[in-house]
Amino acid sequence: MWDYTDKVQEHFLHPRNVGELPGANAVGEVGSLACGDALKLFLKISPDGIIEDASFQTFGCASAIASSSALTELIKGKSVEEASKITNKDIAAYLGGLPKEKMHCSVMGEEALEAAIRNWKGLPPREQEEEGRLVCKCFGVTDTQIRKAIRENGLTTVDEVTNFTKAGGACGDCREQIQDILDEERGAAKSFTEIKPVTRPMSNIQRMQNVMRVLDEDIRPRLAQDGGDIELVDMEGTKVVVAMRGACSSCRASQLTIKDLVEKTLREQVDPAINVVEA
Amino acid sequence: MSDIVKGDSVIYLDNNATTRVAPEVVEVMLPLFSELYGNASSMHTFGGQMSHFVNEARANVAGLLGARPEEIVFTSCGTESDSTAVFSAVETQPEKKHFITTRVEHPAVIALGNLLEKRGYDVTWLGVDSRGRLDLDELARSIRKDTALVSIMYANNETGTVFPVDDIARIVKERGALLHVDAVQAVGKEPIDLSRTPIDFLALSGHKLHAPKGVGVLYVRKGTRFRPFLRGGHQERGRRAGTENVPYIVGLGKACELAGSAMAQERTQVAALRDKLERGLLAAIPNAIVNGDVEHRLPNTSSIAFESVEGEAILLMLNEFGICASSGSACTSGSLEPSHVLRAMGVPFTYAHGSIRFSLSRYTTEAEIDKVLEVMPGVIKTLREISPFTRRG
Repeated sequence: MWDYTDKVQEHFLHPRNVGELPGANAVGEVGSLACGDALKLFLKISPDGIIEDASFQTFGCASAIASSSALTELIKGKSVEEASKITNKDIAAYLGGLPKEKMHCSVMGEEALEAAIRNWKGLPPREQEEEGRLVCKCFGVTDTQIRKAIRENGLTTVDEVTNFTKAGGACGDCREQIQDILDEERGAAKSFTEIKPVTRPMSNIQRMQNVMRVLDEDIRPRLAQDGGDIELVDMEGTKVVVAMRGACSSCRASQLTIKDLVEKTLREQVDPAINVVEA
Repeated sequence: MSDIVKGDSVIYLDNNATTRVAPEVVEVMLPLFSELYGNASSMHTFGGQMSHFVNEARANVAGLLGARPEEIVFTSCGTESDSTAVFSAVETQPEKKHFITTRVEHPAVIALGNLLEKRGYDVTWLGVDSRGRLDLDELARSIRKDTALVSIMYANNETGTVFPVDDIARIVKERGALLHVDAVQAVGKEPIDLSRTPIDFLALSGHKLHAPKGVGVLYVRKGTRFRPFLRGGHQERGRRAGTENVPYIVGLGKACELAGSAMAQERTQVAALRDKLERGLLAAIPNAIVNGDVEHRLPNTSSIAFESVEGEAILLMLNEFGICASSGSACTSGSLEPSHVLRAMGVPFTYAHGSIRFSLSRYTTEAEIDKVLEVMPGVIKTLREISPFTRRG
């Protein structure tokens, strides 16, 4: 059982500013279903740069919902410039603190706010231009994001980095890399191993989001014409596991559909390396 | 602390986590904490008489399992029983370097598989299908001459799926390997007869069947080579050193006696309430699915996945109504990934994060189930209104 403050409980049970915001002119989205939490932040910003209203939709645990609610309360009425100074620490402080394993919920709030402000300024989402090295392949976290969390929150251990960014929290393969980043940030040796920024490859999360989008917008409507449906079961790297539903589940041609329609479409629109198999 | 929540003020549907200690069990234990505090190993009557209580308990446990009393070893918990069985099988057959288990075991066994892998063992992790079922042909093909042990759970703690243990035992025996069964969730709910089913080791835990926490049993079939896990005493005929935990052992004996007589009730009354709960929730809440093999399932367990909402949030809202359940979601455990059991089954991740396990007991009442049916649709609706992934329109 988590030791949530009364304020977290209160904002979870009675969240403020829930739902889509009519007239919103900025939207920031972070996280995904696969990650276990996601936040969509809506802002209504006046021509002179004041956040007149804010609302959210959140999928996630109690602290994710409470952090989102707190964020909207924190930024309403502030100028974009003031709001952009808000960090995850402010969100956690507003709630009277969060359990350390849940700090990534407050980081998600900060990231959504940043994404919404970029959206308002007409800038592309950060991941499309961000220079940085993909460290955590499971949750799609770059060294830039990890360094930012380390600096802003004074993190000293790999576990702390996981608590704040989720990096290293699934397969754990990148834990050594995170330790290296910590060592660098703390100035402890390794100054000679300079890491050159490289173009960021598609993270598993981005690939998954793209696959979900193409499935929903393109493939499902086509299958529905024959009374069929498809469900995304799992993804490991470029391997996409699907289940055929409705008329497709008993259709003898479903293998053909998977290869000819689903795999072909996903290869064209998402990643040529994708391989589709049936669950 | 003034705000302690007591059992009689909640609707307790988390019996796969732990159970209420039966009042009859408490009653037989109490004197053993006060005037009857002797050590069963002592020469004097005051202490020595304790061994009679222990052996009476041993007979009760054996009776419930269809075992002989001398095949029952008292331990401190199910996890100790699992560790003892696996290490014993490994140590008595040092030439065999292959271990078979499943991807859906309790962490007490998963961790042992991981440890053996690190020590250079070849470990076969049997997968399950979307309903949580094993492929018995795959099991048969996996067993080799150098298989030290096959360790398979009787029933899954998260979904309640019951494996066909009789068939598994036959397959393993025909191929000459040893079999350990983690039956922690099954004892008292599934009829077990070890005189007919050739299992070498079987683990059970007291607190899952209305005995207290801190006592378990390892069944070791007569004739099975054995190495103790804890050493330094002659207790349990040299198979488990350490002064006998007499009050808890006696409590477990009583609990097994009660479980034997309550078995029919578990399989009819409890199952009927579980079915009522499950049917009611599926009827009232769209986009919800049952996890597991509904045809082969513990009578008390229902695992239901709700699309596009997150388990911890559901549990904390239920908590506001005094309803206790459990979740396979990542956020409740401090881990960042959903349960290994649901992932092994390939539950779509749109559902896996929102899985809730209800586990009933013979103390569950119909009024409690009605209350859950009244509350739950609103909880899911509220969270879906907050979620960005809800299918709208």
